[in-house]
Amino acid sequence: MRKTYGATVAVDEVSFEVNDGEIFGLIGPNGAGKTTTMECIEGIRTPDRGAISVLGLNPFRDVYQLQNRIGVQLQQAQLQKRIKVWEAMDLWASLYGKRAADGERLLEQLGLADKRNAWFMTLSGGQKQRLFIALALINDPEVVFLDELTTGLDPQSRRAIWDLVRGIRERGKTVFLTTHLMEEAERLCDRVAVIEHGRIIAMDTPQNLVNQHCPDRSVILSTDDPQAAERFRAIRQVEAVTGESELTIRGRGDDLVTEVIQCLSEHRIRVTSFRTILPNLEDVFLKLTGHSIRD
Amino acid sequence: MLHGLWKLTWIELKIFLREPLGAIGTIFIPVLVFVLVGRAVGPKLTPASNAANSFIGVGLPVLASILIAISAVLSLVTIISIYREGGILKRLRATPLRPQTILTAHVIVKLLLTAATLALMVLAGKRYYPVGIHPPLVGFTIALLISTCSILSIGFLIASIVPTARFAQPIGAVIMYPMIAVSGLFAPIALLPPMLHALAIVVPLTYAVSLLGGIWRGDPWSAHVGDVAALALVFLVCTALSAKVFRWE
Repeated sequence: MRKTYGATVAVDEVSFEVNDGEIFGLIGPNGAGKTTTMECIEGIRTPDRGAISVLGLNPFRDVYQLQNRIGVQLQQAQLQKRIKVWEAMDLWASLYGKRAADGERLLEQLGLADKRNAWFMTLSGGQKQRLFIALALINDPEVVFLDELTTGLDPQSRRAIWDLVRGIRERGKTVFLTTHLMEEAERLCDRVAVIEHGRIIAMDTPQNLVNQHCPDRSVILSTDDPQAAERFRAIRQVEAVTGESELTIRGRGDDLVTEVIQCLSEHRIRVTSFRTILPNLEDVFLKLTGHSIRD
Repeated sequence: MLHGLWKLTWIELKIFLREPLGAIGTIFIPVLVFVLVGRAVGPKLTPASNAANSFIGVGLPVLASILIAISAVLSLVTIISIYREGGILKRLRATPLRPQTILTAHVIVKLLLTAATLALMVLAGKRYYPVGIHPPLVGFTIALLISTCSILSIGFLIASIVPTARFAQPIGAVIMYPMIAVSGLFAPIALLPPMLHALAIVVPLTYAVSLLGGIWRGDPWSAHVGDVAALALVFLVCTALSAKVFRWE
């Protein structure tokens, strides 16, 4: 699909498929076209061109039918300041044509049970976000859309929400999320599509992307064995060994770390410290686009 | 189509009453002012002063009703624009809720509050304005309902397109209040200069004033078919237009 706002092309020739029961992440920097793409799929926006099918429905034509079967959490959404948590749950439950999920249980699972009588405006950022997740799940949806769901949250709330999202998948739902946090994508997503300037530039499992685009691995260890560097250079995957007492061993491929450990034990090399540097999606992004996702 | 209407209406009513000054500002202060003025002026009114009587007897109730209806419109416009600006409308959009349901819920809330205010005023009026008028209350209520729905539909239209909450109140006021001037409430329409006369004919408030005043004086409904038709037309046109141009964000 393609979507423009005036002269600005927000999304250009984006095409992908999300499998049943997986967590699929659309990742990229702010302004890359993530939200536009997601909102077209949810039926909130209309693409200029292209074809979208969700659960066999056309989001533009069958929007009300579709909204009955999906759950949506929007970026930067708000509720009425003085609506109570339980009222929001109750209202949302009444909007859908089918039997709703158990709202009280959802609140409990999301750690909001003791906040059910609180006004929306009194909730913390994390609590609001959890309420939005609860609302997205109230109609027991088949596909859940989560747009930047942990932005602005502290690391602890973030981890709690990741657990929740995994829980959604375990209940057999499909999750489609966007994030500009590479760690989030790596920890959560079964597959990711990297989007930049409205185009998808890579799509695969996080691990495959890393292996394919950033095969470099490093092991950094400290030893006083004078022959150690020579021994490491003999390993097939190793490309360079640098440093004096702290050695940096650079090489390629998943086997590098294993080979280094085998070499240590074979030659009885004593080490006082040992760590590995593995590439992540952040590096993949840097490699693919030539700039960091934070820029 | 109206899934969730009653629940939303009930919740919006509760939310409104939770606002600081929500109930006090819309219901009690108007009634209080009314009562205070009544206590000060009421005893001085004598049946002899005809001009005063015709204003107190007909003009005042109609003016009060129109002002309350307009304040309801302004409040509706403001709430919808705050909801739009805050992303609340957008969040509601991602549910099976229709825009008509959201607007209808707010209109019902406004009608209820308007009715409550006016009921209190009528009670207060009976006590403090002993002018000896016995208006047809049921008929007047129906006329007021028709007028308010029509005026509110203008509010729909403004609410559907006003970009930000900051502009909502002024834009609403600029559109609504001048309508009162030419509506025939202060000066008979026949006496207005030709341009304002023409304006009066297209301003929906004119028909509301004519209907409310007439019914209050005891006219039969058959004398006001034209007014009702005009108000209904305004309602239909504004509602249809606002459904077309409604902006969620």
